[in-house]
Amino acid sequence: MASRLRKWQTEYLGRTLVTAFGLFVVVLTLGILGFLGYKGSATFIDYGHSLTEFLISSKWSPGEAGQSGSIGSAVFIIGSLEVSSLALLLATPLSLAMAIFIAEVAPQRLSTTLRSVLEIFVGIPSVVYGWIGLAVLVPFIADLFHLNFGFSVLSAALVLALMICPTITSVATDSLAATPNEYREASYALGSTRWQMIWHVKLRAAIPGILTGVVLGLARAFGEALAVAMVIGQSNRFASSLLAPTNTLTAVITANMGNTTTGSEYNDVLWSMAALLLAISLLFILLIRVISRRGQAS
Amino acid sequence: METETCVQTSALNLYYSDFQALRSVSLAIPRKHITALIGPSGCGKSSFLKVLNRMTDLIDHCRVEGQVLLADEDIYAAAVDPIMLRKRVGMVFQKPNPFPMSIYDNIAYGPRLHGQKGKHQLDEIVEKSLAAAALWEETKDRLKKSALSLSGGQQQRLSIARALAVEPELLLMDEPTSALDPISTGKIEELVFELKRSYTIIIVTHNMQQAVRISDMTGFFLLGELVEFANTNNMFTAPQDKRTEDYITGRFG
Repeated sequence: MASRLRKWQTEYLGRTLVTAFGLFVVVLTLGILGFLGYKGSATFIDYGHSLTEFLISSKWSPGEAGQSGSIGSAVFIIGSLEVSSLALLLATPLSLAMAIFIAEVAPQRLSTTLRSVLEIFVGIPSVVYGWIGLAVLVPFIADLFHLNFGFSVLSAALVLALMICPTITSVATDSLAATPNEYREASYALGSTRWQMIWHVKLRAAIPGILTGVVLGLARAFGEALAVAMVIGQSNRFASSLLAPTNTLTAVITANMGNTTTGSEYNDVLWSMAALLLAISLLFILLIRVISRRGQAS
Repeated sequence: METETCVQTSALNLYYSDFQALRSVSLAIPRKHITALIGPSGCGKSSFLKVLNRMTDLIDHCRVEGQVLLADEDIYAAAVDPIMLRKRVGMVFQKPNPFPMSIYDNIAYGPRLHGQKGKHQLDEIVEKSLAAAALWEETKDRLKKSALSLSGGQQQRLSIARALAVEPELLLMDEPTSALDPISTGKIEELVFELKRSYTIIIVTHNMQQAVRISDMTGFFLLGELVEFANTNNMFTAPQDKRTEDYITGRFG
């Protein structure tokens, strides 16, 4: 009897626990997906708006308290896309260069130090990045380009780039460091220089990991609300240039979720935006999965 | 026996920080022959290989003293570029180590590094090298497939083909069959035997039967010292040194 209890403890208890928690995570994810789908569809079902209006129109005056208005969100969708893709464009080359330096070039001690510094950077709360952006970057941009205000797509993209740089660098560094040492030796033995070895073999072997880092960065940039809301200017118009203010999905949700009543058109369209954010994030992840699988196969 | 010397070391010492891994090693490796290096683990035979293509440069706190002449040229002279040296001295490692790219790109890697860009020439090099490593027939229809899809033995022959693609004068093999099954080992041994027509080969091995089967000369290392260097037949039938005899009869090691 005692031995059976012991067997149960050693063999089944752990398995049952991890299975239960694993299932819980799956259920939770599905639950969130379902909830967002349900709340997000109210705009179209209860208020009779079309999906095309939501995605393509830029006429934005959602109704409150049972009234109905216009829910065109194109400005915010475009705003989110341009800010995060610009941030990614700025951050990726920089992060790759840093990752190569840390993983391959820097001496051991410097490399260890830099890695810990990166971890600290990854952990800085976004509100801090936003505040620094607001206090330093926004006035600087205004000064530099002789603008009345520095709130702009560029400010938001720079703040985001700074924010996601450590994430991408950190993942890319780990991925480079994890490539087998045999590749290094084999390349040197064929008469390659260090740079040829890094460029042709190490980077190639690390591509799936690097892409994972880029997706994580993109997801963070795309989903970041607070830091962007603080420097984007929250103007409900398309940005005429990189120096003009606009608005993003996340910033609109953050700014308005507390000021709208549940069940109103305004509140429902915010939920639709949240569902859209999730859908786009899923799309990014799928896209990169496909790319990295191609990269591995070739 | 009158043969040309490919590589010659004299009074070679190797230090890893304070540890001396090679002690005054002097030997002459004959051209277009197979030389086997045997000895217990940690005796310095692998370190000796790394000295010959200056892979020792990549190890921190590693110091080489003495002289190494490759075709009468001192490879540790200031004017020698280790990158160019490694093109002349190829190396095959213990574990098969193809790059995570196609079979074709693996073979073309070395020639491309050294400036060969022509599609036609590369095609030729790839076919020639794979054929020389007895791998062409098995892979000619799937050159674009990942090299990692090959079996362990095939991967090791690919590593050999990749080393041959840059046309080295000297091929170093560091226990090339220790990670392989007996059948793959047999194929590699046959291959090595074939290769000595065109290449000088130094092979480090833990397997004394292997040394007997394929090598012309054998060197026995112990504690960083070259105890005996002789014709393989002579060494295994009539060793001159007591320590050699103890080792090859299995009394230690």
